[in-house]
Amino acid sequence: MIVKRAELSFFERLYLPTLLGGLKVTARHFFRKKVTMQYPEQKWTVPPNYRGAPYLVKDQVGRTKCVSCQLCEFVCPPKAIRITPPGPAGGSDSGNVEKGPLEFDINMLRCIFCGFCQEVCPEEAIFLMNDYSLTGTSRQEMIYDKDKLLALGGVHQDRIQKWKRKAQEALHQGVAP
Amino acid sequence: MNLEFLLFSALKVVGVFALVMPMIAYSVMAERKISAWIQDRVGPNRVGPQGMLQPLADGIKFLLKEDFTPAHVRKAYFWLAPAIAMVPAFLTMAVIPFGSTIGHQKMVIADLNVGILYTFGIVSLGVYGIVLAGYASNSKYPFLGGIRSSAQMISYELAMGLAVIPVFMLVGDLNLSKVIEYQSNHGWLVLYAPFSFVIFLVSSFAETNRLPFDMPESESELVAGYHTEYSSMKFALFFMGEYANMISASAMMVTLFFGGWTLPWFSEPALSNAWMYGALHIGVFIAKMLAFMVLFIWIRWMLPRFRYDQLMDLGWRRFLPFALLNVLAYAVWLWVRA
Repeated sequence: MIVKRAELSFFERLYLPTLLGGLKVTARHFFRKKVTMQYPEQKWTVPPNYRGAPYLVKDQVGRTKCVSCQLCEFVCPPKAIRITPPGPAGGSDSGNVEKGPLEFDINMLRCIFCGFCQEVCPEEAIFLMNDYSLTGTSRQEMIYDKDKLLALGGVHQDRIQKWKRKAQEALHQGVAP
Repeated sequence: MNLEFLLFSALKVVGVFALVMPMIAYSVMAERKISAWIQDRVGPNRVGPQGMLQPLADGIKFLLKEDFTPAHVRKAYFWLAPAIAMVPAFLTMAVIPFGSTIGHQKMVIADLNVGILYTFGIVSLGVYGIVLAGYASNSKYPFLGGIRSSAQMISYELAMGLAVIPVFMLVGDLNLSKVIEYQSNHGWLVLYAPFSFVIFLVSSFAETNRLPFDMPESESELVAGYHTEYSSMKFALFFMGEYANMISASAMMVTLFFGGWTLPWFSEPALSNAWMYGALHIGVFIAKMLAFMVLFIWIRWMLPRFRYDQLMDLGWRRFLPFALLNVLAYAVWLWVRA
């Protein structure tokens, strides 16, 4: 299709009217409210389903929720998670939970924040939280160990409390939990 | 040529230098701030109060960066080019009267009788720095930048030179102090020669390689144009040269068309002594100059770059004949009036 272009008038071809128009636009923007966010002082609110850094959580009674099943380690695409299972010793700190991780390291330099670990976790023990700017002065520092992950993760208010109920059920049936 | 003359000339040179160098630094700052505001950003605001010490940080950065000379360049010219780009910009400031008198000294470094000819002579040297940089870099983008620059500068210098002829026909003298004297008696020359002013303004945009005529640099096509291969202080010299050029172009426009250091329309305030008048006049001159600097920056952040052939077309086929006609018209007018 041939588009017919309008002939410019002499006045328009002078180029000056458009120039003045442009000056008007830029002058308007000059005085407009600025959109820059002064980052370190001023931070954006992270949306509720944001996928930040993955951290481990404890439940409201203070039990480390991870049972060292290693599903997250298995599913992790960049192999950022390394779990040392407890072996026959068990390693859990509370009653009827059999296992807990001896060590739990996440290499934040490898992590791609995909959220598969959170998705796959049967115990709701790992969550992608709101942190998005992780910094450190060495590679070693960027490998977060269990204590650090738990400290950063905080407490997860568990509404189901699966292991407490199992203990109650066992008691109800007259079996030792 | 006595001792007093030498002493005061040296003082004026140092004074102008001491004033222009910070002005260059702060016009870079102004460039960054104004561009930010036009783009709805806030601009640099971290170094010092409101970012006012940013030029200092820039300067330190340039000094401390590695001064890298690529292996493939033509070394001697490569080192020479930044200096050649920088010097003419400063030389043109020598003839510009930046104030009336302080004591018995005229506030101009060299009160030449052929002020404007000197200016055009020096300005045309400015292109050598860029061409040399393009040639010395020995790689394609700087080379193209250098070629474009030389073509552009030659085309616009002609129009620029022709544009100011009517001004001097009206004044009847090539001395820039006389031009200002004429303007204080008869009013600003921009009112007498508006077309000359428009041509001069546009040409000075081209001469200083500012958008919309920044062909030699044109970041989007030529990486950084003629200074692609430069780093550290050598790059800084090109950068300072560009801003020094802007300052001298602004000063030139103020002198030729906007009355220089004189105050228009207002009667001068009654000040207690002559020294204060001298200071006031310098202040007026700087204020007018800064207004032009802001215009330079403002235009830059508004217009897209001209295409190379459009640039040439504008220079040779529009401005040159128009400037010639302009000269002819004034000649006829003056002849009829006489």
